[in-house]
Amino acid sequence: MPWIEADESVPLTLSVNGVSHHLDVDARVTLLDALREHLQLTGTKKGCDHGQCGACTVLVNGRRINSCLSLAVMHRADEITTIEGLGTPDALHPLQAAFVETDGFQCGYCTSGQICSAIGMLDEWRAGWPSHAGAGAGPARTIDAAEIRERMSGNLCRCAAYPRIVEAITRYAAGEGAEA
Amino acid sequence: MTDATVKMDAPFPASLLDSAPAPTVGTAQPRIDGPRKVSGTARYAAEHFPEGLAHGVLLRAPIGCGRITGVDAEAALAMPGVLALIRDERLIRNGGDFAGAAAPVQGVDEVAYFGQPIGVVVADSPERARAAALSVKVTYEAAPGVFDMEAARGTALPPTDDIYGLFLIHTEQGDVDRTAHEAAALVDAVWRTPSQSHAAMEPHASVAVWQDGRLTLHASYQSPVVTRDQLATVMGLQPSEVRILSPFVGGGFGGKLGVMPEAVAAAIAARHLGRPVKVVMTRQQVFETTGRRPMTHQRVRLAADAAGRLTVLQHETITDQLAGEVFFEPAGLATHLLYAGENRLVDHKVVRTNKLLGVSMRAPGEAIGQLALECAMDELAEALDLDPIELRLRNEPERHPELGIPFSSRALVDCLRHGADRFGWASRNRVPGGLRDGEWLVGHGMAAAARGNLFGPSRARVRIDAGGRVMVETEMTDIGTGTYTVLAQIAADLLGVPLARVEVRLGDTDDPASAGSGGSWGAATSGSAVYAACAELRARLAAAAGLPADTLTFADGMVTASGFRRPIAELVGDGLSVEGSVQPGESNSRFNQTSYGAHFCEVRVHAVTGELRVARWNSVFAAGRILNRQTATSQAIGGVVFGIGGALTEELVHDPRSGKVVNRDLGEYHVPVHADIPPIDVHFLEERDPVANPLLAKGVGELGVCGSGAAVANAVYNATGVRVRDFPITLDKVLAGLPPVSAARRRA
Amino acid sequence: MIAFDYIRPGDAAEALQAAAERPGARFIAGGTNLLDLMKLGIERPRHLVDIGGLDLRTVSETPDGGLRIGALVSNAELAAHPLVRDRYPVLSQAILAGASGQLRNKATTGGNLLQRTRCYYFYDPASPCNKREPGSGCAALGGFNRIMAILGTSAHCIASHPSDMAVAMRALDARVETRLPEGTTGDRKLDTLYRLPGTTPHIEHTLAPGELITAVLLPPPVPGRHHYRKVRDRASYAFALVSVAAVVAVEDGRITQAALAFGGIGTMPWRDRAAEELLVGATPGQDLFERCADAVLARAQGHGGNDFKIPLLRRTLVACLTDLTEDAR
Repeated sequence: MPWIEADESVPLTLSVNGVSHHLDVDARVTLLDALREHLQLTGTKKGCDHGQCGACTVLVNGRRINSCLSLAVMHRADEITTIEGLGTPDALHPLQAAFVETDGFQCGYCTSGQICSAIGMLDEWRAGWPSHAGAGAGPARTIDAAEIRERMSGNLCRCAAYPRIVEAITRYAAGEGAEA
Repeated sequence: MTDATVKMDAPFPASLLDSAPAPTVGTAQPRIDGPRKVSGTARYAAEHFPEGLAHGVLLRAPIGCGRITGVDAEAALAMPGVLALIRDERLIRNGGDFAGAAAPVQGVDEVAYFGQPIGVVVADSPERARAAALSVKVTYEAAPGVFDMEAARGTALPPTDDIYGLFLIHTEQGDVDRTAHEAAALVDAVWRTPSQSHAAMEPHASVAVWQDGRLTLHASYQSPVVTRDQLATVMGLQPSEVRILSPFVGGGFGGKLGVMPEAVAAAIAARHLGRPVKVVMTRQQVFETTGRRPMTHQRVRLAADAAGRLTVLQHETITDQLAGEVFFEPAGLATHLLYAGENRLVDHKVVRTNKLLGVSMRAPGEAIGQLALECAMDELAEALDLDPIELRLRNEPERHPELGIPFSSRALVDCLRHGADRFGWASRNRVPGGLRDGEWLVGHGMAAAARGNLFGPSRARVRIDAGGRVMVETEMTDIGTGTYTVLAQIAADLLGVPLARVEVRLGDTDDPASAGSGGSWGAATSGSAVYAACAELRARLAAAAGLPADTLTFADGMVTASGFRRPIAELVGDGLSVEGSVQPGESNSRFNQTSYGAHFCEVRVHAVTGELRVARWNSVFAAGRILNRQTATSQAIGGVVFGIGGALTEELVHDPRSGKVVNRDLGEYHVPVHADIPPIDVHFLEERDPVANPLLAKGVGELGVCGSGAAVANAVYNATGVRVRDFPITLDKVLAGLPPVSAARRRA
Repeated sequence: MIAFDYIRPGDAAEALQAAAERPGARFIAGGTNLLDLMKLGIERPRHLVDIGGLDLRTVSETPDGGLRIGALVSNAELAAHPLVRDRYPVLSQAILAGASGQLRNKATTGGNLLQRTRCYYFYDPASPCNKREPGSGCAALGGFNRIMAILGTSAHCIASHPSDMAVAMRALDARVETRLPEGTTGDRKLDTLYRLPGTTPHIEHTLAPGELITAVLLPPPVPGRHHYRKVRDRASYAFALVSVAAVVAVEDGRITQAALAFGGIGTMPWRDRAAEELLVGATPGQDLFERCADAVLARAQGHGGNDFKIPLLRRTLVACLTDLTEDAR
């Protein structure tokens, strides 16, 4: 692939929630701004734009990242999942439903990021990834609150729904285990 | 004007809410806006994309005081897609907080604080606008400013305004000096609290659209009508020529009260360019260009007799603010009423500094005032060798200790006792520094909480359509507080329809004006307006039924009386619409109205490093009727965590040479993260406040932040034996008081 | 961020060629630090070479029993890698003590080594900063300096290095493998990757223009206990005030191996071999550890707001060494 010159727009196909979107963007456009400003998928939030709040968390090929610290042009080959890809108001994903049940949010601005982060986090847990909280991870164990708190610390919530977010994730993780 | 008005002139013998056969009010109801929020389909301010939208970025002053002498935008304007650099004299320098309907301070040349907006660059994309803003060159003449409040304490003067009488500047009774000298026990110390940032997760954002001379603004404001009035004044428009829409607000905490610079910039730029303009603040701008909780220097002197009765309560606060601004941090607010005692002095003074505007932040005054007062009470209890709960019980006033008026309801004693039981206070650590768990020093602390219950005029329209569906419309906002749900509950219970049949529309200035979200009054004021409208609707339905209203039961979508049962839809004809309103009245001066609580916590301090971690928490609150246990509990938890942040980590640092906000991002301004917060047990006592309003409810949104930080500080002392009076209590402040490493390490 | 030319080469050779074509080009991988700085106008590269498509994502054993970590291995994958957890636990611990789950998924091994300081004044283009704008002065001196360094500072810069991973890497004697535009490869000790600020704080490392980090090499694991102890204000998601990476072995009552590196206190990931030498051959004990701390801190200089780092590091180090040697005596 040749150089794309500054201020030249870049043709780009992004696969978001299973749908391919064709865009022409400035190379400076972050994945976050591509989602929000260009695709108007505004469920993904911009809280700090610097990887310090987690509101912009999306799943790229199943792994959670801060979409604010990635350029859209870096994601041509990726499958991106946003909050809109998990469920709709009438057909919520079980984790979204758990957030409603436990009141795991107030203003709602960090919520998409919390939910996407939790989905990615639980996959990391099942894959056996360790954390600073120090307990062993793995599919055989149910994740505990201390592990959830450490692993979710990249998602700030100024309304401080933290205990209820932990409860939502705990309920969801337990339900998943029961179904497995 | 409205169809039904309720004025708070006398206590309410009963509330219609208690007549609902199967009430939702008082239960835990999930948020009706929840599915939209968790699915990302709730639209916030920046998420509107009118045709032709351009993007603006605010420019900042690079000095703390002085004058902008030149702005070179030649390079910026030559960049592709850059539309304009606008330095309009109408741009505002300070936020609108308490400006009422007046314009906040305007202008782009005189610089009063570092980071002040001095213009807006507009381009056809956000990327181009930001790059252009980076290339603008600003020249200036710096002038000497006042950047260090402590150093300038000698210049402190009384505030110029008592903010509608809400903030008492100076009160005094008895002789505090003489009495203090005769005391059996005395505490006299200074507590310092830093500037703090609201740090709502959603940055301030406005999308301005002009159509036929009328301005529509999609924006994130707690009280859109106040913002509208200020914006109209700034723009030279009538309020009716401005419409603000804030249906979803990503957190406020006081930081989105008056108009802020981005709204004015968007409105001016959109007018200038003849196309819609969006201005979203960067996180850095939110920290340095919106507002802050002012810093304080609080001297508290408490004296008691040998029986543990307070004889002196003295609370003198020095705080800081920009010159010419009326708001001050009223840290002595709760000191007026929390405890009995003959000799009292509460005073506030302000140092004029060149630092970001001081504004209301969650429980202004009370949040940080109770940090000092409740820590001082802990120190006094120790000096008296009394249990800190017992000290508070011995000083429980019968009536307001300064005004002599009764309390509308006051359950502080019950909160203290229930909280002590839930926490297990009886088995607390009694020797500071004496309890260990491995390498952790374990401490227990408690504090009381009080937050004044305010009331302001509010209006709401309630409609029942021909199909029996109910629509509630008010300009009131839901900033995470649960307003959508609580208003729906009130309408559902009073009109006897299922919650799912009620729709609530908020945050539109074209709807009946409310008191807005702030001061913990949102639910009570807007809820009472809905109550007033529903009461009138019940009367109209009774008239349609030809029966007296008090013989009817409203339930399950049916209106029922002895020998009468009709669906509500059959009684409304083509539909009914009623606007209800509420007004403060004599009850607001004849009674003191305050919500109360008590906090208990365990804090662990690492014996080697001084790391501080909250391990356990119980709070008990009494705030009148709790309208929704689910959302009220979330509010209370949120308040407590705000208090924990203020106690342990949050400090908006100003550079001593320029007043500049040094830590202007979320990486270095430390709001608590998940790992900092243990389970927070919140318990509400059953209470009805017969005076406050027809809902019999008091405010709860800010109650949790009051006193919670003091409970943490008292627990830190109990863990370590170190009293830290400079907040936040970071590990460096306890380090010198920790045991030597040889003794600090975990015991085998 | 200012506009830049962008290219995403398919392999290292293309990447090196692209960088050589356009002087001043910068490699971008995870982007978690570079994009952060570009948005604020602190980094202003005119040309970006996106190396995300390069095949540098494997962790493999080397013939000598060490580990070769591809430069693009994410921090998360590295921390979770069974060989790292088993043989170099201090590295896994250090990575997990830093940043957040999301950032660790994106940030890379090579990028982490080169991440730049979190100095508040470096982060604000309106403040003087010799690192950002050589010759403009250092606002941290005389300013708010709670997070700044106490070792390796100069009159021109007191900014601390923010990495946790790199601290563990220094304790493990990591080497950095590079490729140069000419096609040659480079291999240097991590110790020599970093430069002290001196009079040129804007020059932070010894990489030549267009030189690409391709891997980090770890020598075979040495016997001993590993521990990374990070002290910070929040319980998670905060930079280190001080941190200690330690690998210590005790045999027959004497310390036989000691590697110590430090975060939060130095202008680069800090290591003090003289302090380690004090330990090796000695009998573990409080006095010894205090002398070790004396050695590490001999040249430490506080700047007011960060004076506390001196006693904090001393206490943390002594406790850490005690833990690592206690039952082994």
